[in-house]
Amino acid sequence: MLWACLHIPDFSLQLLQRAAAPVEPVIVSSGGNRPMVLSCDAQARSHGIAPGMKVSAAVALAPDLVERHRDAAGERHALERIAGWAGQFSSMVSLSPPDALLLEVEGSLRLFGGLRQIMLRLSGGLNELGYTGAAAVTPTPTAARLLALAGLQSTVTDLAGLESALSGLPLALLDQPAETVRMLALAGVHTVGACFALPRDGLARRFGQSLVDELDRALAKLPDPRRPYEPPARYRARLALPAPVHETEPLLFAAKRLILELAGFLRAKQAGVTRLKLTLCHEDRRPTVVRLSFSAPSRDPQRILHLLRERLARLELPQRVEAILLESEEARSLDSRNLSLFPEDNVPEEERSAVLDHLRARLGVDAVYSIASHADHRPELAWRACQIGVRGEPGAAEPGVVEYRAGGRPERPLWLLDQPRRLQLEDEAPALDGPLTLLAGPERIESGWWDGNDVARDYFIAANGQGRRFWIFRERGTASTWFLQGIFA
Amino acid sequence: MPPSLDLVLQNPAVWRGDQYAKVAVESIPSGFDELDAQLPGGGWPRAALTELLASQPGIGELRLLAPALAHLSREQKWLALIGPPYRPYAPGFESLGVDLARLVVVSTRSQAETFWAAERCLRSGACAAVLAWPGPGSERVLRRLQLAAEQGKSFGVLFGPTRNAAAPSPAPLRIQLSAARGRLGLQILKRRGGGWAPPLSLALDAQRFAHPLTPTLSRPSPYPLPQAGEGPFCLLGKGSIARDLRVSRLQRLQHGVA
Repeated sequence: MLWACLHIPDFSLQLLQRAAAPVEPVIVSSGGNRPMVLSCDAQARSHGIAPGMKVSAAVALAPDLVERHRDAAGERHALERIAGWAGQFSSMVSLSPPDALLLEVEGSLRLFGGLRQIMLRLSGGLNELGYTGAAAVTPTPTAARLLALAGLQSTVTDLAGLESALSGLPLALLDQPAETVRMLALAGVHTVGACFALPRDGLARRFGQSLVDELDRALAKLPDPRRPYEPPARYRARLALPAPVHETEPLLFAAKRLILELAGFLRAKQAGVTRLKLTLCHEDRRPTVVRLSFSAPSRDPQRILHLLRERLARLELPQRVEAILLESEEARSLDSRNLSLFPEDNVPEEERSAVLDHLRARLGVDAVYSIASHADHRPELAWRACQIGVRGEPGAAEPGVVEYRAGGRPERPLWLLDQPRRLQLEDEAPALDGPLTLLAGPERIESGWWDGNDVARDYFIAANGQGRRFWIFRERGTASTWFLQGIFA
Repeated sequence: MPPSLDLVLQNPAVWRGDQYAKVAVESIPSGFDELDAQLPGGGWPRAALTELLASQPGIGELRLLAPALAHLSREQKWLALIGPPYRPYAPGFESLGVDLARLVVVSTRSQAETFWAAERCLRSGACAAVLAWPGPGSERVLRRLQLAAEQGKSFGVLFGPTRNAAAPSPAPLRIQLSAARGRLGLQILKRRGGGWAPPLSLALDAQRFAHPLTPTLSRPSPYPLPQAGEGPFCLLGKGSIARDLRVSRLQRLQHGVA
């Protein structure tokens, strides 16, 4: 087993800075009666603010300071989102709250092409999500966590090297009560290595079994089971913006963080989504909801961003946005597909639906459709607008019609007018840009008495002097009421 | 024995007025032999923009494309109709042999939207053919479309009125259409390889398109064998090189049969 630990230092601060780089100095405070500075960014530090200071003292140093209370539940939630994203690198991801993740990477080495590659992709991906972290790899999870907490990007692959790698670490990193660490310090024991050198029984008697157990787990002398993180069926993440924004670009930047996280989450599940909901929360207005839908399950972050950009560009925001919330429907498994021998012959299904989604995003959902024949004799009912790519019944006609058509299918126009247009008469004959000559007909269509839209018409193919051909009809029983219904383009 | 006229004409130094440079372009058979003979590559150019300028809409500009569209609808790609002037009628397209499951209709509200959608579809590589009905477009817009068609390897067709013929256009193929005595008259205004093209007159009778959706192999060959007594030489008279090549193929076929 080989465990990688991803530790994100100053997690609460990084959560704030993730959506956008704040302009003013930022601190995270503990809240309560005597709030303390828990962490502060580089700007605040340059004003002389340091963790552990009282908030009132910090405000005195930097009056334009932005203070945010620590949100433990939000941190836990964010850590789970990162764990869901990290699922694409390993099937065994475990949370190590408050600010670290453990991944078993030995099983993934071959897939990703070695430890170096997998760690590069992990840290690169983490940066894209808006976090910076330290990662350490050791054979035991406890040791990996200790090294990562110390900020050491070390890699130890054999058990023999573990003890020396850990010996220099300060005792404060151990998951032990502060009192234990203080007493050990009073006894002159400051490092993990010095602890290893002490007699085990005495150590256990004075400081409890848990200290000895933790050291043993770090050196793989005791089993160290970890609970794997199980991602939920849907993705749901909220990202607060450090300052409310009105422009599209900062919104997209923040949304990109979440969409990349979603893409990793979906890759871990080998799935895609067809519907996404982005909620833009305002200060005191109803939130604006942007819904994205894809014709085929997708998890390509570029494509999702592309659609989102299209939608945000034509969105009127009533007010500035202070937080965004991305929710997915239940993930659907992506169909695996065969690759073609000739790449240019085969456009992947996802690409074919991407262009349709893009057209829909800009022109509206109803503007992009397909047509299908429908089993009806009445021309205006013999077609239907339908979903793209759905093959209707071939021929789509009643059995009797097929037989009749086999003898010689009557010609049908390519364009149909939405409403038949009454034709002018010239010398008792129909005319459209000149007198019309009847080329074929009549074809009698009499149908629909059962649903009230009954028609009784004689159809003709007619041409005018300029060579245009039309599909016209005459109501049965009338001699001179002509209508234009179609054009043979 | 004096060399036959045929041999003299095959000399590459002899240039004939109706000849055009051979360009290797991927093409789609138009289904009309007379037209294929005049088009570089022997058919509609794939990965390029084609302009069809009709004197009147409704003279057969779509039926001219029907064999090619029916052929392209067998690919796993879309056939996009962008901003059509009327409602496309499903039974009509079906009777031309177009697979409706591949047909995508995009209705647009403005010329800008039509151009945008056409460019997006052409560039995507997911559309086998993109048919668009925009108004007159500037040369810059058309150039963008041409580049998009090249990139997406898509057969782009723009329909427009004849008066657009005077405007410069980067489309490599421009054809002016007119109706003449129940037939469709074609005048190639511009083609790759240049040269003057004789005016064509095609019969767009309904019967020739009334083939149902059949696989390519069972369709009749676009090159019919000459009837008995009709020698290949009667075709040789005024043929372009492309036609001559085909005749020599026919001769080989006939020898093979005999």
